[in-house]
Amino acid sequence: MSKKRHVVAAVDEVPPGSRKHLNLAGREIALFNLGGEFFALGDKCPHESGSLCAGKIVGLAEADTPGHYRLSRDGEFVKCPWHGWEFDIRTGQSWCDPTRTRARAYETAVAAGETLVKGPYVADTYPVRVEENYIVIDV
Amino acid sequence: MKVPFAGAIDCDLHLPSPSMAVLMRHMDDFWREQFVTRRIDRMDFQLTSFPPNTPLAMRDDWRAPAGEGETPLDKLRREALDPFGARIAIGSILHGAIGLYNEDMAAVICSAVNDHLARDWLDHEPRLRGSILVMGSSPDHAVAEIERLAADRRFVQIILPVMGDFLPGKRQMWPVYRACEKHGLAVALHAGSTYRYPPTGSGWPSYHVEDYIAQSTAFENAIVSFLAEGVFNEFPDLRLVCLESGFTWLPTLLWRLNKEWRGTRQETPWLDRPPADVVRERVRFSLQPVDAPADGALLTRTLAHIGSDELLLFSTDYPHAQFDGDNALPEGLPADLQRKIMIDNPPACYPRLAAEAKEIAP
Repeated sequence: MSKKRHVVAAVDEVPPGSRKHLNLAGREIALFNLGGEFFALGDKCPHESGSLCAGKIVGLAEADTPGHYRLSRDGEFVKCPWHGWEFDIRTGQSWCDPTRTRARAYETAVAAGETLVKGPYVADTYPVRVEENYIVIDV
Repeated sequence: MKVPFAGAIDCDLHLPSPSMAVLMRHMDDFWREQFVTRRIDRMDFQLTSFPPNTPLAMRDDWRAPAGEGETPLDKLRREALDPFGARIAIGSILHGAIGLYNEDMAAVICSAVNDHLARDWLDHEPRLRGSILVMGSSPDHAVAEIERLAADRRFVQIILPVMGDFLPGKRQMWPVYRACEKHGLAVALHAGSTYRYPPTGSGWPSYHVEDYIAQSTAFENAIVSFLAEGVFNEFPDLRLVCLESGFTWLPTLLWRLNKEWRGTRQETPWLDRPPADVVRERVRFSLQPVDAPADGALLTRTLAHIGSDELLLFSTDYPHAQFDGDNALPEGLPADLQRKIMIDNPPACYPRLAAEAKEIAP
């Protein structure tokens, strides 16, 4: 089945550090803004389908030795609200089992309203104004 | 089944708890006089854990005293070393001194127990190795005792009861583990408690059966404490040995560890890989008691769940009543696993046994 490009939100609507829950063509999707970059994950924890969109946004906790804590990649992980599994918002990979346990990642892009109005993509029912920028996702 | 070949290394064998009269020979004048004037020179200081008159503490046919003209060592050879073709047997004496609140007295008894083990057992039987008895409640003493005895390469591990004053992974114990790692000694936790705290999380049980069953939970707690506190990170060469722990409960612990780790690992970020993998690398378990159904196929499945042939160390747990006759091996162990358990795994776990094997090899 060929993918369809969906206009899901105006860029201003999802400021850095926030997320938005989407339902696109029957799929639940969690959209995150990491410092101006947009990432979209299937809103289903691969463990037991908890909503990642409802999870806490956290950094990456690491330690070289016991008791020496370090936090990096501030705000780039989401913890499933059900059992606390951590997922890399950039890739959907779980921290504990990155190759086998991952949330589905969707491609996102930012498009100018002007191009969207002209097509070739259908803007669904999302109202698009030529002077704004929009987040689009291919599903 | 019987042990099918000679050369096994028995990693858990109990030597009789010596009388105070014997131990006082290994004390200085001050303490000899103290024990006499305090009228405790005939006290046996038995641990309440597994007191010797309980049925499981000694097999009936091993309960008889040494025969005429037979020394305690002769009896040990006849009952515990020869029948199983042991090349090496690691002997331990779990003495009640470790439960005393008087640290100096406890320390002097522990030292006497260790000296008795060296002089009265190890000196006379080249197959025997020893465990250093230390007080878990007093890490300072434990370190001093390890340093005092470290030059005697026949001691291959320290031994602590699995239940003490605090969970054994706690940082106050780290100087003890540092000393063990430095000297190539493993850390053995043996079933039992000093009973300063109840053996269950809900207080004191009424019956022996409750105490026996509580041991496996205590071992789970101890292993998780080592992992969570980061002992295995801090001491990369240290091995933890669980003696008389059983192991058939291990699969569920490994499953739960890996599962809970995924949601809680941010609290202990030094645990940076599945904790079950760390257990498989660093923790070892004595064979007896097996605690498996008689059907060997079920034991094989349990071992498959454990997922490693390197975890088990052969043990007779002599003189405890864990099997009948000479049948120290459970049914259902494949031949290659028998060899691993009896021959290969012990030196891989005990650096001092590995070093010996190297010296013997051409």
